[in-house]
Amino acid sequence: MTVYVMCFILFLVGLYGVLTRRNLIKIVIGFSIMEFSCFLFLAMIGYIENGLAPILKEEMENPVYVDPLPQAMVLTAIVIGLATTAMLLAIAIRIYKKYGTFDIRKVNELKG
Amino acid sequence: MELIPALYIIIPLLGAFLIPIIGHFVKGFQKTISVIITLFLVFYSVWFYIVGYEAPAVTKVGGWEAVNGVPIAIYLIYDGLSAFIILTVNLIAFLSTVYAMGYIKRFTAENNFYALLCLMIAGMNGVVLSGDIFNMYVFLEIAVIASYALVAFGTEKRELEASFKYQVLGGIASLLILFAVGLLYWQTQTLNLADISAILQYQDQSPALIFTEVLLIVGFGLKEAMIPFHAWLPDAHSSAPSPISAMLSGVLIKAVGVYALIRLFFNIFTITYEVSLLIVVLGTLSMVIGVLLAISQWDLKRLLAYHSISQMGYVVIGVGIGMMIIFEDGNRTVAALSIAGGLFHLINHAVFKGLLFLDAGAIEYMSGTRNLKELGGLSQKMPVTSSTSLGASLAISGIPPFNGFFSKLLIIIAAVRAEFYLLAALAVFVNFVTLGSFMKFIRYAFFNMKESKVSLKAKKLPFSMKFSMITMVILCVLMSLMVFPFFRDILLNPAVDVLINTGEYATKIIGS
Amino acid sequence: MNGMTQIVKKVTQLMSGLIFMYGLYIITHGHLTPGGGFAGGAIVAGGFILLILAYGSKVLNLRKEETQTSITESVALLVIVMLALAGLFLGTYVFFNNYLPQGEIGQLISAGVIPIYNIFIGMEVAAALLTIFLGLVIYKEEVAS
Repeated sequence: MTVYVMCFILFLVGLYGVLTRRNLIKIVIGFSIMEFSCFLFLAMIGYIENGLAPILKEEMENPVYVDPLPQAMVLTAIVIGLATTAMLLAIAIRIYKKYGTFDIRKVNELKG
Repeated sequence: MELIPALYIIIPLLGAFLIPIIGHFVKGFQKTISVIITLFLVFYSVWFYIVGYEAPAVTKVGGWEAVNGVPIAIYLIYDGLSAFIILTVNLIAFLSTVYAMGYIKRFTAENNFYALLCLMIAGMNGVVLSGDIFNMYVFLEIAVIASYALVAFGTEKRELEASFKYQVLGGIASLLILFAVGLLYWQTQTLNLADISAILQYQDQSPALIFTEVLLIVGFGLKEAMIPFHAWLPDAHSSAPSPISAMLSGVLIKAVGVYALIRLFFNIFTITYEVSLLIVVLGTLSMVIGVLLAISQWDLKRLLAYHSISQMGYVVIGVGIGMMIIFEDGNRTVAALSIAGGLFHLINHAVFKGLLFLDAGAIEYMSGTRNLKELGGLSQKMPVTSSTSLGASLAISGIPPFNGFFSKLLIIIAAVRAEFYLLAALAVFVNFVTLGSFMKFIRYAFFNMKESKVSLKAKKLPFSMKFSMITMVILCVLMSLMVFPFFRDILLNPAVDVLINTGEYATKIIGS
Repeated sequence: MNGMTQIVKKVTQLMSGLIFMYGLYIITHGHLTPGGGFAGGAIVAGGFILLILAYGSKVLNLRKEETQTSITESVALLVIVMLALAGLFLGTYVFFNNYLPQGEIGQLISAGVIPIYNIFIGMEVAAALLTIFLGLVIYKEEVAS
């Protein structure tokens, strides 16, 4: 049970990074930390004590496998996280070219 | 036939993968194939209503049948509510694509625009059709990542900043939804929506379940821009190119926001007093604060974006009142009336808000500015735009015989009959403030002869833009016919029946 | 960007063949060991990216490379959708069916159509990661300098 609470605390650490840092790249890194905490949480859910890796082999009678469904979910979620991070970084370097700075206090033209 | 739900996802995906290859060699390929794909999807969604169907059409992807009554495949489910929202999504997508044929000529990378638009349509269709909660998350991410790229399409300073803000907030919402999916799997050991519904009917409200519900409300509420999660919407919707603003404000916040909330909270979780009260309060706050923030705007598209927040508040109130009446076991006809009003306002808002954003794009195409203080006197030079803008403004302000009047009337009558008098009074007040705000728009943009500083850049609008705008204003008038019993039985009543009979979702899907 | 020193170039030249082979092993044995299309594709892309970083981007014609990887990615995606649709016409009316014969458990050629999916997904993921990397390098070199 403490493991799941630690995953949530890692999520909150990432959220702290997104909220309080001024540099655009540090916001992206905080966002990545939040993603990793979600993957850890999903992968931990399927753990069963003394379970084997879920791969079919011959000559085994009724082995106890770890749950394979959260592993498939984590693989898909990693691919989605990759696409999100790539989009964020592509926009961040274009903002650096147009505004001349990474500081979010100066990237401030849309108001009201 | 088992193929029917899967075609809505395969065909736009094929279009999105073909366009970069063939568009490289053949000029003009991307426009023709996007228009053909969206036109086919519109006909397909209307044909499904004409043919008629009794039970929900279920597709099991991969052909895995249920084992001992436990579903193990990924299901794609096409019932009354899904059919209604798919009709909305594909109709607005077709009209936006036709408009974009004329508008996007000034950008250089046209291939990428149409490919991303097809991906966004495929993602939204997938969210509405999926019967599996992780599948819903995957298609939601596909639609939303395509929209991040489309908002930043012009790569000017403001568009990049708006896209970055949209991405960070939208990404946090998606991670909250993923966390909630993990928590749901932990409690029920299954991902299928019908199976989760069947298991949760026998469990009590444990604290973990309440935490999951709150995470889902915050995550999907951020996607749908309810107050207090609305901070990304004015920037993103005003900086995007105009056909994309019409798609975002018209269908994306509904297909991935409102649809997911009402599907999860009516059919999957059991309704409690706190959740329904929370949804009604958030809807009321959205309605009132959205319109009060919109009064002082002078930028045309920011004004329209703030009004989107307010009109989504109407939809959420309509649905929320129905939820509270179902919880208290009250009068079921009043609940059905309220939910019908909410869903009818959903499709109405897609049409008239899409038309308003397309008009704003036409104004910007001809005059080069979006500031209301500089515009003026356009009613003689742009007759099509001024008449369609007048029609759309009357529709959003609830003036008969346009469609906005009937949907708001249904919501207000249901609120009065359910004895929520404060909500009905606030709805009428917000309606009048909306009317004032749009009269300001019409006066400053079209009839302000003496003070206009604008000079026209282009000669006339392309034909494709005019075609979309005229079709949408005709639809605004025709859709008020949907309040009559004949059309209501075909279109609205199947959707309302799915939501009112909360427990039957599980039995129908597992039994089929 | 400029390349690195001579030692880095030589070591990368020797290692890159082994990295590609390892990535291909993970892709093709996806139904027997952990891994599969995505993990193997990421390793293959990592091998290519190491080569570009070590030798510098001046030895490449960057726009032509990016066009090639982009077309590879789209073609691989189209083949995947065609494979999924082929299940409709060859077998029953089901999307994503597993229609090739499934052999014995544990052999390399078994498990129906899954190894073919793994190969094309690996090709697609490697091409996509390379396209993203080349796009960012092109932006830095040719537009932003």
